[in-house]
Amino acid sequence: MRIPSSRGPVSSALLELLDTSPTDTPTDLAATLRERTAAALRDTSDVVQDDDLQTALFTAYELRYSGLQGVDDDWEWHPEVLALCAAIEAPFERALRERASVPELPAPGVESVAAALFELTGADSGPSVSRYLAKKATDEQAREFLILRSIYQLKEADPHTWAIPRLRRHAKAALVEIQADEYGGGRFDRMHAELFARTMRGVGLDATNGHYVDMVPAITLASSNMMTMFGTHRRLRGAIAGHLAAFEMTSSLPNRFYGNGFRRLGYDKDVTFYFDEHVEADAVHEQIAARDLAGSLATDEPTLLEDVFFGAAAGLYVDGLAGAQQIDAWTAGTSALRTAETVSVPA
Amino acid sequence: MTGPDQPATRWDDQWEDQPAGTADEPVSITAYPNGPLLVRGPFEILTPTGEVIPPRRRTVALCRCGVSTLKPFCDGSHKAIGFTTEQEPPEPQPPLGS
Ligand code: FES
Repeated sequence: MRIPSSRGPVSSALLELLDTSPTDTPTDLAATLRERTAAALRDTSDVVQDDDLQTALFTAYELRYSGLQGVDDDWEWHPEVLALCAAIEAPFERALRERASVPELPAPGVESVAAALFELTGADSGPSVSRYLAKKATDEQAREFLILRSIYQLKEADPHTWAIPRLRRHAKAALVEIQADEYGGGRFDRMHAELFARTMRGVGLDATNGHYVDMVPAITLASSNMMTMFGTHRRLRGAIAGHLAAFEMTSSLPNRFYGNGFRRLGYDKDVTFYFDEHVEADAVHEQIAARDLAGSLATDEPTLLEDVFFGAAAGLYVDGLAGAQQIDAWTAGTSALRTAETVSVPA
Repeated sequence: MTGPDQPATRWDDQWEDQPAGTADEPVSITAYPNGPLLVRGPFEILTPTGEVIPPRRRTVALCRCGVSTLKPFCDGSHKAIGFTTEQEPPEPQPPLGS
């Protein structure tokens, strides 16, 4: 994707480094990146919502997905880039562990884990972006919603797919069953990411991966970074399984509201199909994710029980924060984006 | 354009050729506690008049709480009404006529 613009000293130092050759790294640029990262981590008031640090992490992580335009792919496994990720990941994970409200852990069993996950996700009662969309959002706010969601949804399912080779037995089979459906059963035009792109194009937005990355707040990048961190560390396979379970379990009903919101604004099924499809798909996925994925994993590997709930609770925490910021901005009559100039579509 | 109260678009043409599995694979139905029935395998779902409802995915969830807006499929509404099922699974019964 297009390289995100820098948002401070760390992301700008990373961009300068990535502009060079990974086989012939200028040591001064690498040293600058390390120093600035250390300073930023020391001085930040909140690593989860730090624009500069989350942008740097997001940029480095994108090398693991579709790559960055004009950047040598060898940077993906370069020690300087891995060191940057590790430096940010440690306090990021620590902050999430401190803030995510992990409930009292159930006994490790399929039934007990599924029941506790349904209870945790059912108790989620923060302000609801989906209800706002259904009832109140203006056309411009609905567009902003799609822009914010595009950061993850244009690579929908990819962060959780990292976990497939890291799981075994029933949990692996369950994850494959969910992901295959996410990828449209192997049909390009049915892939959920592609359906989302169709929705974006239907309202006149640019569906190129990363087109709007500079417009989204740090918390949106943090939400994506959290999934990539959980998915690409074998140690955190419990967390990515729990994250997916919570994500699917809080999806069917909101997607019905999103679809209704876009219908209220006058859009037809070209735009609403993505949401309507998710109402049905995620009602299937949540059952498989709660029991066959998360429940089986916690039963097979009881030491992962706590991380299953950590992943679920962290997802609810970050996405709750992101949602609250959107609603606050919209109810105050302002944009939920960092910069709003390209949201309106020429008539 | 559709109004806000119309139900979600259901049978989009492009979904009608969804493969439903291979013929030698048995159909399985799994009762998920407090939720839907998940059906896997080469199944067909028919309307009361015998027309095939095209399956849109390999695994479908059939509503058994009665309140889904996407019947016969589950739309997650069972959670909103606090639907609960009996203890699952039932004891296996001897086959009829044996
Ligand atoms: S069983 Fe899910 S909506 Fe009825």
